[in-house]
Amino acid sequence: MTEVERHSYDVLVIGAGGAGLRAAIEAREQGLRTAVICKSLFGKAHTVMAEGGCAAAMGNVNAGDNWQVHFRDTMRGGKFLNNWRMAELHAKEAPDRVWELETYGALFDRTGDGRISQRNFGGHEYPRLAHVGDRTGLELIRTMQQKIVSLQQEDYRDLGDYDARLKVFSECTVTQLLNDDAGAISGAFAYWRESGRFVQFDAPAVVLATGGIGKSFSVTSNSWEYTGDGHALAMRAGAKLINMEFVQFHPTGMVWPPSVKGILVTEGVRGDGGVLKNANGERFMFNYIPDVFKGYYADNPEEADRWYSDPNNNRRTPDLLPRDEVARAINTEVKEGRGSPHGGVYLDIASRLSDEEIERRLPSMHHQFKELADVDITSEAMEVGPTCHYVMGGVEVDPDTGAADGVPGLFAAGECAGGMHGSNRLGGNSLSDLLVFGRRAGSGAAGYVSSLTERPTANQAQVDEAARAAVEPFGAGETYENPYTLQSDLQRLMNELVGIIRTEGEMSEALTKLRDLAERARHVGIEGNRQYNPGWHLALDLRNMLLVSECVARAALRRTESRGGHTRDDFPKMDAEWRHTLLECTLDGESVTVTPGEQVPMRADLLELFELTELEKYYTEPELVEHPARTGAQREEGAP
Amino acid sequence: MTYKGHFRIWRGDEEGGSLEDFEVEVNEGEVVLDIIHRLQATQAPDLAVRWNCKAGKCGSCSAEVNGRPRLLCMTRMSIFSADEIITVTPMRAFSVIKDLVPDVSYNYTKAREVTSFTPPEGLGPGEYRMQQEDVERSQEFRKCIECFLCQDTCHVVRDHEENKSAFAGPRFLMRAAELEMHPLDAADRRDDAQDEHGLGMCNITKCCTEVCPEGIKITDNALIPMKERVAGRRYDPVVWLGNKLFKRGS
Ligand SMILES: Cc1cc2nc3c(=O)[nH]c(=O)nc-3n(C[C@H](O)[C@H](O)[C@H](O)COP(=O)(O)OP(=O)(O)OC[C@H]3O[C@@H](n4cnc5c(N)ncnc54)[C@H](O)[C@@H]3O)c2cc1C
Ligand code: SF4
Ligand code: SF4
Ligand code: FES
Repeated sequence: MTEVERHSYDVLVIGAGGAGLRAAIEAREQGLRTAVICKSLFGKAHTVMAEGGCAAAMGNVNAGDNWQVHFRDTMRGGKFLNNWRMAELHAKEAPDRVWELETYGALFDRTGDGRISQRNFGGHEYPRLAHVGDRTGLELIRTMQQKIVSLQQEDYRDLGDYDARLKVFSECTVTQLLNDDAGAISGAFAYWRESGRFVQFDAPAVVLATGGIGKSFSVTSNSWEYTGDGHALAMRAGAKLINMEFVQFHPTGMVWPPSVKGILVTEGVRGDGGVLKNANGERFMFNYIPDVFKGYYADNPEEADRWYSDPNNNRRTPDLLPRDEVARAINTEVKEGRGSPHGGVYLDIASRLSDEEIERRLPSMHHQFKELADVDITSEAMEVGPTCHYVMGGVEVDPDTGAADGVPGLFAAGECAGGMHGSNRLGGNSLSDLLVFGRRAGSGAAGYVSSLTERPTANQAQVDEAARAAVEPFGAGETYENPYTLQSDLQRLMNELVGIIRTEGEMSEALTKLRDLAERARHVGIEGNRQYNPGWHLALDLRNMLLVSECVARAALRRTESRGGHTRDDFPKMDAEWRHTLLECTLDGESVTVTPGEQVPMRADLLELFELTELEKYYTEPELVEHPARTGAQREEGAP
Repeated sequence: MTYKGHFRIWRGDEEGGSLEDFEVEVNEGEVVLDIIHRLQATQAPDLAVRWNCKAGKCGSCSAEVNGRPRLLCMTRMSIFSADEIITVTPMRAFSVIKDLVPDVSYNYTKAREVTSFTPPEGLGPGEYRMQQEDVERSQEFRKCIECFLCQDTCHVVRDHEENKSAFAGPRFLMRAAELEMHPLDAADRRDDAQDEHGLGMCNITKCCTEVCPEGIKITDNALIPMKERVAGRRYDPVVWLGNKLFKRGS
């Protein structure tokens, strides 16, 4: 038996991004002993990269904003596939969560009257994103990191130990969730990246906050951490993933030089006045306003330009359509030969704002282009193209508590949870999602633990097996597969065959190739020892990447329509019958099963927030018979 | 343009190590981190390096390139000539874990010693009002990505392990300054800065400012004003009172 370090906690939070930190703060404030585990150093999680802002209908810039408007925008952005209860809670609670950050010490940019400033973003009807220049994620992470430190200082004062009730285990990777014989969560198994030593955590509740899956695509804005660990851990523990076919390709990633391809260019550039142009200098987005959004967006440049200063009397620019629309438009422009030299289109802020304004509002974009591409965005246009950015799919959870369906003690929040964003996430809605549902999952886990009369016990055989599986790559034979080669083969495959535009033929091919890769992955081998060995870490991450990629491909093959972050060349239309259907991925032994499930119908008072004419674009007839406009109409017909 | 670059990379662990030579392909537009990744993929699969964002935003990939503290992901190959030997070593002020990965726990220890943001009495969430011009000073310091390059550079601790217990380093002295300048923070950290965090050991050489990848004027905007505030408190109670009362206008 291998030697394993052992710790016991009430709540284990896996992930130290926005969702994980907010969950941990909540669980600790409710009096539970809490541990946070993360793959990187504390304060480096993916959330740190978020740029544009955090959406919350505070109404500081336009008093017309409120939760109902935010809710409507979110549902529209997700093409009505969203879990409406999550969208409702999110819209209602986001302002409180943002204000709360100020009490932790956050310093957002301000309005003239000293409140939190808010900026425009794609799909949001009003300026809604609380921000700090273009480094909002850094502010969020640092604020919550520092809040955690302040809670630890309290514990030091009271108990003489900073880590008494809240401890961060950084550079520690969880490879498996543990459960008792009844299937309830009993902890997690992990290794220290630094030493390679194993750690067993005993805990009755686990909150997954592990982020996304984008590292399985070659052109991506995501970091090495985004290998879908939480998605895979949850599946192996018996949870369901939903909406895995919906992957967001952000329209504006850098395209040149090759080594920076995929790095994000914030939507804030367009929110602050930047416009997209093709090689002929045309503002092409006016040609791509889809039917469902006709009437909401300006159809000519003059009106679009007036909107920035007079939003109440003009419609917004289609440069700020939801991301899926803009990404597809760029794709088409490039395909039809109107792209820029390096296969993108132009994003022009230089001719729209003064040099000083650009440097003030978009400092990190200015810096990024100057340092990495020799482009001065105050005088030249940027070259941009779509990049894999966000996964809408994730663990199916109870909206109010974050509890994963079917696995007692398992909770999920943030990017690794599914439902909230439907088929397409609006920019800025992730950071707010992390705060709202991070807190709810922390509280859900705390409630669950307090309700237990008995703690689940760890299963030794499971721990031994986890330890064996973790060292497997060291035992590869004479000839073995290089994990780095496997990873880049996987990334290319997903990018080319399950990317932004999909077809049945390509996805079937992808599934065959994924099977080959999985076979090769069984023979992955590494050099060196267990001490800080990135080859070994990658070999273990690959298992999750392969599993999650298969979910994406299988669900995408199954959904025979186009909606949000899922575009089928062979089924280019949105189909109302698919709107109320969610594809659920589960693991059956080693194989992924995809099962269609019914979406819960929206509560009537929420449905009423939309005009019937709008709903008719998305819903089937029978789903709308209860709408008051319909019942009202019938009453009129029946009237004498 | 593709060429063979010459790299000399420190490899080893806490027990010792040495510089190893590598020849590796370099392509147009690449940064040093791209080269390290290519080495991992082709020649040294267990070469240890920290990184996350590859865009200068997370502060993970700090190391020394030809002796200068830098972010590997923001150091472009084009600043070197093709025949130059490029030496990459871990940050020197910290002990090494493996290869380019140092033990940065010193920084996390120091972070815990600065009194946290202390919310003002009587203001609930949503009631905070601050002017942009008043938050800007602290916002400059909050751009910090915690790369710890300034900590690595500061001569007070760079080759003086013995000073570490008494000195928080520029990053965390700046954190104290940031909270001092926060328009609504209710605590006073000036005594602590001097007595606990070693502000007095800083002799304003500005080496920290020079290496900061975020371009934060650590010395001019944080450390010197903090020294002034401490001096004011120590020697002139009237100035101190004035500062506290008129903090916003100062
Ligand atoms: C460049 C960029 C810009 C963005 N800008 C915005 C924006 O402006 N507004 C917005 O709303 N959204 C934005 N997003 C999206 C948003 O940042 C992310 O969706 C969000 O930060 C995810 O947060 P999270 O808490 O779910 O996970 P993360 O912040 O990614 O944290 C995941 C954590 O889980 C840990 N982890 C993962 N696997 C394991 C494991 N096996 N064991 C232990 N720990 C593990 C990681 O170490 C990490 O700590 C942006 C994304 C990117 C990439
Ligand atoms: S200015 Fe002070 S903190 Fe900065 S390097 Fe010099 S001595 Fe160190
Ligand atoms: S102040 Fe600058 S150099 Fe120091 S840790 Fe922060 S970003 Fe790095
Ligand atoms: S990898 Fe994030 S700063 Fe270099």
